Amino acid sequence: MASETSPPVRAVAASRLRRAIAVRIAIYVALTLAAALFLVPLLIMVLTSFKTMDEIRSGTIFDLPHALDWTAWLKAWSGACTGLDCRGISPGFWNSVHILVPSVILSIFCGSITGYALAVWRFRGANAVLLALMVGAFLPYQVIIYPLVKILSFLGIYGSLAGIVTLHIVFGMPLMTMLFRNHFVSIPADLIKAARVDGAGFFRIFFSILLPMSPNMLIVAVILQVTGIWNDFLLGLIFAGQANQPMTVQLNNIVVNAHGTVEYNVNMAATILTALPPLLVYLISGRYFVRGIASGSVKG
Amino acid sequence: MKAALLKNATIARLVVLPTIVVIIVCFYAPILWSAYISFTPSGMFPNYHFAGLMQYDRLLATDRWHVAFRNMLIFGVLFVSIAISLGSLLAILIDQNIKAEAVFRTILLYPLSMSFIVTGLAWQWFLNPTMGLQHFVQDLGWAGFRFDWLVRRNLSIYTIVIAAVWHSSGLVMAITLAGLRGIDPDIWRATRVEGIPRWRAYLHIMLPMLRPVMVTNVVLLAINVVKSYDLVVAMTQGGPGYSSDLPGKFVVDMAFQRGNIGQASAAAMAMLATVFIAVMPYLYLQMKRSG
Repeated sequence: MASETSPPVRAVAASRLRRAIAVRIAIYVALTLAAALFLVPLLIMVLTSFKTMDEIRSGTIFDLPHALDWTAWLKAWSGACTGLDCRGISPGFWNSVHILVPSVILSIFCGSITGYALAVWRFRGANAVLLALMVGAFLPYQVIIYPLVKILSFLGIYGSLAGIVTLHIVFGMPLMTMLFRNHFVSIPADLIKAARVDGAGFFRIFFSILLPMSPNMLIVAVILQVTGIWNDFLLGLIFAGQANQPMTVQLNNIVVNAHGTVEYNVNMAATILTALPPLLVYLISGRYFVRGIASGSVKG
Repeated sequence: MKAALLKNATIARLVVLPTIVVIIVCFYAPILWSAYISFTPSGMFPNYHFAGLMQYDRLLATDRWHVAFRNMLIFGVLFVSIAISLGSLLAILIDQNIKAEAVFRTILLYPLSMSFIVTGLAWQWFLNPTMGLQHFVQDLGWAGFRFDWLVRRNLSIYTIVIAAVWHSSGLVMAITLAGLRGIDPDIWRATRVEGIPRWRAYLHIMLPMLRPVMVTNVVLLAINVVKSYDLVVAMTQGGPGYSSDLPGKFVVDMAFQRGNIGQASAAAMAMLATVFIAVMPYLYLQMKRSG
């Protein structure tokens, strides 16, 4: 068959093919270039963290370190100073863990059960509650931050672990409720009817039927909350109190408010250490992370 | 059966009740409180005497506020338009049946997993005039190369745009890619039958079809612009001077450093109004969709 096509047609086909190949190459070049540019900030942070201060002063940011020198990492973890406190960034890490664990568990629990109540037991006013809650998703913290300080002081939890956890639950409510509400709405009504006939009540249906049916949704919720809460800065800065400062706040104190000689290698090691937990969550859970973005795109 | 049903609905109401209380106490009451305080002469402490527009007059007479607000507009327009264009372009490139798609996607989206503090510190280091990019290029032999925006009064805000684009373009890419993948294959088939070039199909057919997705993108990014605080704190601390200040930082500084709740509240109300304007297209779309 191919041999019967006339030479001009073949020439046209060949030039088309060449163009198609050129376009493919251009696509790969563009994407590779973009990927390289996106990696540059991470690359220079890693390179800097392994250098000695002499290397940093005498070379440029893209120079490779002479050796894998972990000194800066050790110092960042347990020796860097914020003011007079020279325990490195590790206390911030543990503070963040202490904030993270109860905040994630409780915000997902509150959001999922509220979403369930709104989706499955559609009482009058359920949509109004949802709409009112949505406002919280768009509200900049700054608009209400001062009155919240007053409210938490009144409750006696301002500047405490309980205070910052409470706020993470409160600010997690809009997104978590929306997420689970939209998920539970899609569950067939017959299933719930059948469960009710079998005598299952409000909590039974939630804990024994719907939650076990929703592992994917729970994973997405955990990823959203873990990255969101770990990366929080403003709430931790204002509400956590000196003793519970999260890692992001402590990182900023170490890097920005440092006195004396600036140790760029230590700063960069501390920065990477702070970025690592959410980065690992992202790398391990890629697909779910993207799903979280898509379903959480109301909040951002 | 009937009794049990009633009971369940009652339980549902009781379960939602705390949420309603929280919404009122933590969202709406504070908004109203801030709004009222913005009409009082409050300074270090709340003062509940009504004073009209005094705080707003003072805000408008404050140069730092004008700088902050103008920066927000510059930052907003540049960041949103660049991130949307770049993110959409990357989404289209990734949509071309390429090999190692997962690798490219992972690399383009990883900055989003990082906090704005980390983002700011990374870019502060990269753009540091004496140690970073400028020094590197000068060291290559181009001695006259200058890229010291970080420490230039009239240019520092643009470094924040660069860092924010790096952080959030992947978000646009992911959302837009999901939109592109959701387009009916029949439409693609139709464009091929009609002989429409692929790039024109994207530009004139697919992207316009994705308008709701684009609106979501714009609103998401715009809200981040208004909220923005961490990034500028980590990168420039609002400096040099207050040249890269943003409203989100202005409010926090006024409330917690300067002890001026009145000014903080007036500025907060301006932020609220801006968010409202930014969210309008989204709400409009939602309302149109639900009839």
